[in-house]
Amino acid sequence: MNINDFKSNDKITWCAGCGDFGILAALKNALVKIGKAPKDVLLVSGIGQAAKLPHYIKCNCFNGLHGRALPVASGAKMVNHNLTVIVTTGDGDCYGEGGNHFIHNIRRNVDITVIVHNNQIYGLTKGQASPTTDQGHVTNVQTQGVMLEPFHPLEAALALGCGFVARGYSAETEHLSWLITEAISHKGFSLIDVLQPCVSFNKKNTYEWYSKRVYKINDDALYNLQDKSSAYQKAAQWGDRIPIGILYKEQKPSYEERTGIILRAPVVEDNIENINIDELLNNSI
Amino acid sequence: MFSEITVKITGEAGQGMQTVGFNLCRLFKKYGFYIFANQDYMSRIRGGNNFFQLRVSGVPVYTLRKHSDIIIALDGPSISIHKETLNKEGVIIIDKKKFNIVEEGPFLDVGMYEIAKNLGSEIFINSVAYGFIAGMVNAEENFVTETIKESFNDKGEDIIGKNIAAAKSGYELAKAGIKNDKFHIEAKKTKETMIINGNEAIALGAIRSGCKFYSAYPMTPSTSIMNEIAQHSKQFNIIVEQAEDEIAAINMAIGASFAGARSMTATSGGGFCLMVEGVSLSAMTETPVVIVDAQRPAPATGFPTRTEQADLLFVLSAGHGEFAKAIFSPGSIEEAFYLTMHAFNLSEKYQIPVFIMTDQHLADSYRNIDRLNQNAANVVRSIITKELSKKISGYKRYELNENGISARAIPSWIDDVIYADSDEHTEEGHITEDALMRIKMVEKRMHKKMQALKKEIIKPNIFNLEKAQIVLVGFGSTYGVLRELCEAYPDKFGFIHFSQIWPFPADSIIELLKDKSKVATVENNATAQLAKLIRMQTGINISNSILKFDGRPFDLDCLADELKVLEKAG
Repeated sequence: MNINDFKSNDKITWCAGCGDFGILAALKNALVKIGKAPKDVLLVSGIGQAAKLPHYIKCNCFNGLHGRALPVASGAKMVNHNLTVIVTTGDGDCYGEGGNHFIHNIRRNVDITVIVHNNQIYGLTKGQASPTTDQGHVTNVQTQGVMLEPFHPLEAALALGCGFVARGYSAETEHLSWLITEAISHKGFSLIDVLQPCVSFNKKNTYEWYSKRVYKINDDALYNLQDKSSAYQKAAQWGDRIPIGILYKEQKPSYEERTGIILRAPVVEDNIENINIDELLNNSI
Repeated sequence: MFSEITVKITGEAGQGMQTVGFNLCRLFKKYGFYIFANQDYMSRIRGGNNFFQLRVSGVPVYTLRKHSDIIIALDGPSISIHKETLNKEGVIIIDKKKFNIVEEGPFLDVGMYEIAKNLGSEIFINSVAYGFIAGMVNAEENFVTETIKESFNDKGEDIIGKNIAAAKSGYELAKAGIKNDKFHIEAKKTKETMIINGNEAIALGAIRSGCKFYSAYPMTPSTSIMNEIAQHSKQFNIIVEQAEDEIAAINMAIGASFAGARSMTATSGGGFCLMVEGVSLSAMTETPVVIVDAQRPAPATGFPTRTEQADLLFVLSAGHGEFAKAIFSPGSIEEAFYLTMHAFNLSEKYQIPVFIMTDQHLADSYRNIDRLNQNAANVVRSIITKELSKKISGYKRYELNENGISARAIPSWIDDVIYADSDEHTEEGHITEDALMRIKMVEKRMHKKMQALKKEIIKPNIFNLEKAQIVLVGFGSTYGVLRELCEAYPDKFGFIHFSQIWPFPADSIIELLKDKSKVATVENNATAQLAKLIRMQTGINISNSILKFDGRPFDLDCLADELKVLEKAG
C-alpha cells in the first residue's frame, strides 16, 4: 500500500488551515503503515467537520447521524471482525450528542479506534461552546463566558476502563500518525483525543496556543504506560503544559474475544438461505 | 362435560400463575383441546394482582371470553377483583381459612396452603392448584405427572419430586371432593399443534430468516423477542447485544446491516420514539433494518404491561422527511411468523426500514396453532453475492436506475470501497448540495421504491362480506376477536382485516367497501386511527368506530355487546 491507494476524488470543504488536514494526513500515513487494503477498512462518522473526513480517504465510509458513529461502528465490527473499523468524530459528536455511546462502548470494548477531533468549539454551527470548551470562553451563546465544567474525556475514559487512552495534536502529524498506528494495533476500544485548532471559530486555542504547551510524554523513557495513577495525572494536566502521547495502555479481552466471535468466521459469511428451525418448532409446548 | 370453559388463575405477582397456566395448556393439549391463553400482569415484580386466563375448547378459538367458569384464587384480594367475572354456573376455588374469608358465595373451599406447607413451603401452592384443576376435569393422573416434569425439566430431582407430590395432593383432593362431572373432559381427536405466543413467533421468524444481529434495549412488551433469540443465539450464530439505549440499538443494527448482516431491533412506543432518527438514517443510507413496535398504552410510560393500538399513525409517519417504508400488522401468531420472514426479504430487497407492529395482546397471548411451516417463504437475498463481488468494478452505492434500487455490495467483498451517507449524496455516496441530484435521489428513495412496493401489497383478510349487514374493519391483534364474532353471527357481520398497513391497500379497500352501507372500524385506541388512515388514503369516511382504550384487549363478549348498541342505532 502507498499513500495514493488511499486518495479520494471527493473535494475537501474544510477551511484553509483547518486542523483537520493534519489528522487526515496522519491517518493516511497510518493506514499505509498498517498495510490493509482500502476495501478492508471502514471509517464511520457522525456529523460535524470531523465527520466529513471519511469522504476524503479512499476507504469504506459510513457517515451517519450526529452522535451515533460509535454504535454503527460497533455493530459493523461485531458482524465482520475482519474489517479495520475507525471512527472519526468530534468533541460535540462524541462527548456531547453521543456521550452515552462513549461510556458504553468503552465498556463494550469492541476492537475499534476512535479519533476525536477536539477543537473545543462547535465549528459547523458557527462557534457555540462544545463540551470541552474552556471555562470563561465567550461565544455568541455563552455571552458571559462558559460556566460549565469542561468534560474531561481522557480522565473519563480511564475511569471507564478504556484499554488505550491517548492524546495527539494535529500539527504533530508524524507523532499523531504513530499514535493512530498504535491505536489500530491495540485489540479493543482505543481512544485518541486530538487537539485540533479551529481557525474560524476558536480564537483562543490556536496553533500558537497549543504549540507552546504540548509536550510528548512518551519521550520520557521512565513514563510507565501501565501505571494508571500517572495516566490520571497526565490526563488532568491542562494549562501551561499539555501532555500528548499514549497515556495508558492495558491489554484486556476485547468484546470479540469475550464473546468468542473472534474464533469463528464473521457472521456476515454465514449462508443464511437454509436455516433449519425444526428443532425449535419441536420444542414448543 | 363441557364444550368450552374458561379458567382463570389469579394471585399476586410471583406466585406462579404462569406456571399453572402453562401446565394447564400442556394438559389440555394432550387431550386434543384448543386453547387461547392470555396473561394479565402488572408492572411490578411482587404483589399486586396478576392473572392467567385460559380458554379451552373442542374447536379452534382465537380470542378471550369475558367470564370464567373456574377461578382459582391464590390470594384473598383476588376474590373482590374477579368475582364479577365469574359465570353464573361457575366456581371460585379459594383457601378460605388462609385468607379469613367468611362471606358466602360460589366458593369451593380447598385447603391448598396447608398441603403446600406440609410439603415444605407455600411456594408449592401453584402445583397444588394445578393438580386440583386437573382432578376437577378428571384428567389421568400420569398426564399430570408428565406435564409437571415437562414444566420443571430444567430443575433438579428434588424440586420436580415435590411439585409432583403437590400436584398429586391437589389432584386427589379434587377427585375425592367433587362428585359431579360438570367440568370433566374427554379426549378429542385433533391434528398436531404447537402452542406459542406472538413474540416467540416473531423470534422464530427472525431466526429462520437469517437474522444475524439483534440489538435492543429491554422494554415491555417487546423484551421476550430478545430473550427468545438470545436463548438460541449460540446454536444459530446470532449476535445479540443489549444496547445502552434504543438510539444505540437501531444504530448498531444499521451498522451491522451495512456490513452485510440481516439485522433487527424491537421495542415499544417509548423506545421507538428514540429510534425515530435511526429510521430516517436507514432510509437515507438505504440500509435495511427490521423494526418491531410491540405497542402498549401511551403517552409516555403509560401502562407498561398492557395493550393498545395507538402507535399506528406515529409509526406511519416516523422518521423525518419522505421515504419508502413498509409496515405489517400481523393479526395472529401464524402471521407474526410468516410476516417476519417476509419483512426481512422485503427490507433487503428495497433497502428500507420495515416495521412489524404488534401489541401486548398479540405479543403475550398463546394459542395452539398448526405447526409453522418454515418453508412457506424462502430466504431471498438481495445483495451482490461474494462470488459476484469479485467481478464488480466502478461500484456506485447509489447508482441511479429505472427501479430505484441500486445493487448493494458488502464492504470488503468487492475490491472497490463503498461510501454511504446520511447527508444528501451523489451516486458515489459523496455529500452533495446539487438541486438536480436531490430531486433524483428523492424520487429514488420515495417514488420509485413506493411504486414497486405497492405492487406487492398483501391484500386484507376478508370474511363474509356478502352476507354481512355490518362490515367491521380492523388491523393487528383484533383479527382473532373479529373472526370469532363474525363466525358466530354470520347473518350479521363480516370483516376486513389489514395485516399490511403500508403501503396502504387503497384499491382493495375501495373495491371491498363499494356498496357497503354500514361499516365500523374496531380499534384498540381512542381516536379511530385506522378510520383516519382509510379516509386519508381513499376518501372513504367510516363514521362508526368501536374503540377500546382501557389498556385491555377486546373479548368476544364485549365486542358483541358494543355491536348491539351499534345495531340499535340503526
